[in-house]
Amino acid sequence: MIEALVRLGAGSLGATATTGRAGMFLWRLLAQLPASVRRPGGVVRQLYNLGVLSLIIILVSGLFVGMVLGLQGYNTLVDFGAEGSLGTLVGLSLVRELGPVMSALLFAGRAGSALTAEIGLMKATEQLSALEMMAVDPFPRVLAPRWLAGFIAMPLLAVVFSAVGILGGYLVGVELLGVDAGSYWTNLRTSVDFYDDLLNGVIKSVVFGAVVCWVALFQGYDCVPTAEGVGRATTRTVVMASLGVLGFDFLLTALMYGEVG
Amino acid sequence: MNNSRGLELAVGIFVALGFVALLFLSIKVSNLAEYQEGESYTLVANFRNIGGLRARAPVTVAGVRVGRIAAIDFDMATYSARVKLAIDSDYDKFPLDTSASIRTSGLIGEQYVELEPGGDPDYLADGGEIELTQSALVMERIIGQFLYGKASGEK
Repeated sequence: MIEALVRLGAGSLGATATTGRAGMFLWRLLAQLPASVRRPGGVVRQLYNLGVLSLIIILVSGLFVGMVLGLQGYNTLVDFGAEGSLGTLVGLSLVRELGPVMSALLFAGRAGSALTAEIGLMKATEQLSALEMMAVDPFPRVLAPRWLAGFIAMPLLAVVFSAVGILGGYLVGVELLGVDAGSYWTNLRTSVDFYDDLLNGVIKSVVFGAVVCWVALFQGYDCVPTAEGVGRATTRTVVMASLGVLGFDFLLTALMYGEVG
Repeated sequence: MNNSRGLELAVGIFVALGFVALLFLSIKVSNLAEYQEGESYTLVANFRNIGGLRARAPVTVAGVRVGRIAAIDFDMATYSARVKLAIDSDYDKFPLDTSASIRTSGLIGEQYVELEPGGDPDYLADGGEIELTQSALVMERIIGQFLYGKASGEK
């Protein structure tokens, strides 16, 4: 009984301490962001790691999500004789929700886990300590460029995802199922608003990029520096980053579209 | 050096692809083009009931789109809806006795404002008010009136 209470207390203390460290970590990342902007070489390298290497999975999943939306949407809409509205359905769901959220989840799995593993191994092999030994702060050199690259890569990936998805919906809806091409594009243009839908989706994906990379970097930086610890941290990154993305998605959606009844 | 160039090229292609996708979404998918429509002037119309009319709905004459709804307010003085219409400057010769009515495209489609030009020799200027307006058809009211008429007729 006492043991259980002790464990509960230790767990709560640990969770509080971790939250505090994560907050401090975010603060130091923010403080070092200008320094990494001044050294763009590192950011470009990380853009390659985070963005270019995630591109294939984003392109393929975007295409398939769009094609599935086209197929499912058509089957539902055709009962009401409203298959002309397929463009609205595919476009709004991709631009508002699926584009930013799905690409952020894929990004967490593809790039976030790699980030955690990389930073975790740097810690386990004492590279970070070595930097600190030489009085080099790892934040502007190692961590902040990765965070900034995540910021930049995420909205680009989300936009690519939406665009490919809309083309996938076009492929299935128009080419395969015979929806009129004109009504597909016209419906898209009348229903998708540039500011309310497209820009809000981009803002969402910037926030998701920041959240995913923050979680990934923190988990790597804070992991137990052993092989097992790095593995656990990588798993935790995927779980927590995905939960964070979904939580922030609800929050942002409520803020952006909340008052629209 | 060569390796670094290849990496920078890949990142360049990635960023360019992102911007191409954004451009595609802005122009082909969203209504950005409509924000950049040419000069327009404002007409005002008061409606007793606007039904489901929304801002940015089209304004048509004889079925041709000539502008859009700029804003919808409630006018406390007349207890009516005050609808501001942004009309393209190309179409600036509507007679003073032009009438405006709220129509629905199709049975359940979106609502829009249709203008019907009258015969007055003078034209509406910027900020001019359209006097003759017809409210939106509210289905419940029509059905209600029909049922009421039927019930009183049978007495």
